[in-house]
Amino acid sequence: MEITGNEIIHQYLRHNKKFPHVLCPGCGHGIVLGTLIRSVHHLGLPKDDVVIVAGIGCSGRLAVYVDFNTVHTTHGRALTFATGIKMANPKLNVICLMGDGDALSIGGNHMIHAARRNIGITALILNNNIYGMTGGQSSPATPEGAVSMTAPFGQLEKSFDTVQLACGAGANFVARGTVFHVNNLEKLMIKAIERPGFNMLEIITPCHTQFGRKNKYKTSVEMYRWLKANALDRERYEELEESKRGDKFPVGVFVERDEPGLEERYAELKARFSAGRNG
Amino acid sequence: MARRKKNKEIFALGNEAVVEGALIAGCSFYGGYPITPSSEIMEIMAQRLPMSEDGVFIQLEDEIASMGAIVGASMAGRKVMTATSGPGFSLMQENLGYACMTETPLVVVNVMRGGPSTGLPTSPAQSDVQQARWGTHGDHPIIVLSASDVQECLEMTIIAFNMAEKYRTPVILLLDEITAHTREKIRIPQPDEYEVTSRIVPSIPPEWYKPYEETVRGVAPMPPIGSGYRFHVTGLTHDVNGFPTSRPDEVVDLMERMHRKIDQFFYDIQMHDELMIEDAEVVVIAYGSVARSAEYAIEQARSSGVKAGLLKLKTLFPYPRRATEKALANAKSIIVPEMNMGQISREVKRVNSGRASVRTINRVDGQIITPSEILKVIMQG
Ligand code: SF4
Repeated sequence: MEITGNEIIHQYLRHNKKFPHVLCPGCGHGIVLGTLIRSVHHLGLPKDDVVIVAGIGCSGRLAVYVDFNTVHTTHGRALTFATGIKMANPKLNVICLMGDGDALSIGGNHMIHAARRNIGITALILNNNIYGMTGGQSSPATPEGAVSMTAPFGQLEKSFDTVQLACGAGANFVARGTVFHVNNLEKLMIKAIERPGFNMLEIITPCHTQFGRKNKYKTSVEMYRWLKANALDRERYEELEESKRGDKFPVGVFVERDEPGLEERYAELKARFSAGRNG
Repeated sequence: MARRKKNKEIFALGNEAVVEGALIAGCSFYGGYPITPSSEIMEIMAQRLPMSEDGVFIQLEDEIASMGAIVGASMAGRKVMTATSGPGFSLMQENLGYACMTETPLVVVNVMRGGPSTGLPTSPAQSDVQQARWGTHGDHPIIVLSASDVQECLEMTIIAFNMAEKYRTPVILLLDEITAHTREKIRIPQPDEYEVTSRIVPSIPPEWYKPYEETVRGVAPMPPIGSGYRFHVTGLTHDVNGFPTSRPDEVVDLMERMHRKIDQFFYDIQMHDELMIEDAEVVVIAYGSVARSAEYAIEQARSSGVKAGLLKLKTLFPYPRRATEKALANAKSIIVPEMNMGQISREVKRVNSGRASVRTINRVDGQIITPSEILKVIMQG
């Protein structure tokens, strides 16, 4: 008998955790969590070997619901804890759940250095272009011109391109997907989990509560429509003339390398010394 | 009769002795960021850990990341440490609080230099004493130790690890630049000389395990991540399962247990040395390198007939109230010399509550407090 998507998900949720969850109805974060569960299931990773390290914000709250080793850390610092966990025990699959404010603003320094070190961590950045949990203030991913609680007259600053940032910093694998294109997201996430080194997957996930309503999307459905209309395959996006790009953004894989992660290189260093000790 | 190996003696800096102590205690993970005057600790770790059986060394991008990394590594089952000085210690406060809240064992060595801010990077001070106690926000228990010579750097580092593991808490070891950069002969202890404590891991099946359960000692067993005990860890106020809660009764249970696990073991945690304290009319209370100056001053005072004694604090927090009360018994006056504006003297005055006269000697100019400075005040009676 074939096992349904829901049955898979129920295998991985914590039965002793009180539901309902904290997310708003229509939030994209639930889709991310479902995709994460299916990806781990697809890869056949034992629950004991999976560590979810989360930051602070709506995205950070996801960790508590899943039956893995879960660590809900401090704002922006998820990658630092994850670095310690991975170096201490490289056998673990360490997956970070962070928001855009979390990973790019307060945690921006950790993000670029984790990528530079190419440490074997999967960094999932849930980009909703806003600080959702604290009530809709600007983040470094808030688009220029958008309205937020701290940019009531429109955002003056430019936003980060998370993908370019991760590419420039040296990550092994860099990709972007959206919660509308779920099948594609799952494929990207599976890669981001199984590949060696530092793997960054940016996930565009709408926050209608704090971003959409203040801008031009009254309901979450309108935001998903926006995703559907504007996410373009990387190749097609690159072919498009710059003047025609408008709101469109590229999705897909941007970097795919196989360089060994820091923990593997450290193991090689140690092997040199243990060969010396034994021989 | 057991054959005793000849004692191994080395000539070492305080910072080197810290590394020796850490390795004896079982430290197998160092994450840090260089800063004067603590950098030798990191440099020696960078050499020793990769060569050891299972040691891990990593240099992080800043001190915020250093704390995050060692907390993570401790959760994965390692005995962990970092070392820093004032400016770095300020950056560590955020994740230090997280370690208190999640009850994660770790050791932070802070080699104090003159502050505030960048201050006096190469000069000694004892100006982070109250920061070590109260630097991170919220009511939290913490253990703060100190060392006054190179041999003690080694010993107190072992004790810091033992206490961290035993009480599932961060332990801060405060050194000053003089102690850290003094080079003197020390004895490396025999392997069995010091008891080495490791955290208790659960022996019950994972389904029964509650990570923040009430126990007699107030400390729950702590399994390493990946060992089959899957649970949630959060800096949010949590219930016995580790899940966030704001239910007043559960909040109070957590806060009370977290404090009780330290408070009920004062006898074990509060360490001090006494020198000629029984009949002392003038008692000097000192710690760190200043305690060495004080020791010399007291010997001088005794030889000129003044009944002086020394209470040397090895634990700074929880503040050793009992030992201070005992020292106060016959004392007419107390002298508290410190390389700060008066950080431990506040604690002394609190315990003293007006019984004896309390005088302070404070230096904040990056210079050491000499025996003769202390002697002069002792001789004033
Ligand atoms: S505030 Fe936004 S991001 Fe947070 S749960 Fe609601 S919709 Fe999702």
